[in-house]
Amino acid sequence: MKLNVVFFARYREVLGCEGEALDGDFASIEHVRSHLVQRGGAWQVLAEANLMCARNQDLCKPDERLCEGDEVAFFPPVTGG
Amino acid sequence: MAIRVQAATFDPGAETNALHAANTGVGAVVSFVGYVRDFNDGHEVAGLFLEHYPGMTEKALGKIAAEAQDRWPLLHLEIVHRVGALEPGEPIVYVGVASAHRQAAFEACAFVMDYLKTRAPFWKKEQTANGPRWVESRTSDDAAAQRWEQ
Repeated sequence: MKLNVVFFARYREVLGCEGEALDGDFASIEHVRSHLVQRGGAWQVLAEANLMCARNQDLCKPDERLCEGDEVAFFPPVTGG
Repeated sequence: MAIRVQAATFDPGAETNALHAANTGVGAVVSFVGYVRDFNDGHEVAGLFLEHYPGMTEKALGKIAAEAQDRWPLLHLEIVHRVGALEPGEPIVYVGVASAHRQAAFEACAFVMDYLKTRAPFWKKEQTANGPRWVESRTSDDAAAQRWEQ
């Protein structure tokens, strides 16, 4: 399964990248998250309890199921307005 | 329903006037304008940078506006949100709601702001004397949004 993963705001800065293409067997967003956190170092920022995520530009919960070609986003709590 | 995400500033008064100009059935207009403050969490703020998630931003604001239209009998709803570099005193966000009667306009305007604060993908980075600093979310904003879910 090919996914496009993107990061925003503080996560983007801490990770030093805007995103990456991932290829693997990921049942849900939570699996993508734990795969990335297991890299260690800066990636552990994605283990933060208040992390927010989106699938194809819709907010969702970490247990959201994934499909081929999905765009998955991780970001800190939003602070607009 | 109109949604604009833009770097350029805007005139809140002109936005509000336009909300009822096209429809004499409008009996009530409620607007909210958010401005950049020069002080936050105990330190001076020289400016802000607003990051967003292009594509999702417009989609998220559209969903919030559609939900407001489902809940209240609205005649117009407009959301304007700035992105990029902003200075103290500049407007960041505008929500304007027009309806026949005041209660729908008051409630829908508050609803849109409460949901925007917790669901639209914007992030503020402050410029302070100690360097740049990401603004942290407030639990009071979560509580404000939750009151609409009962």
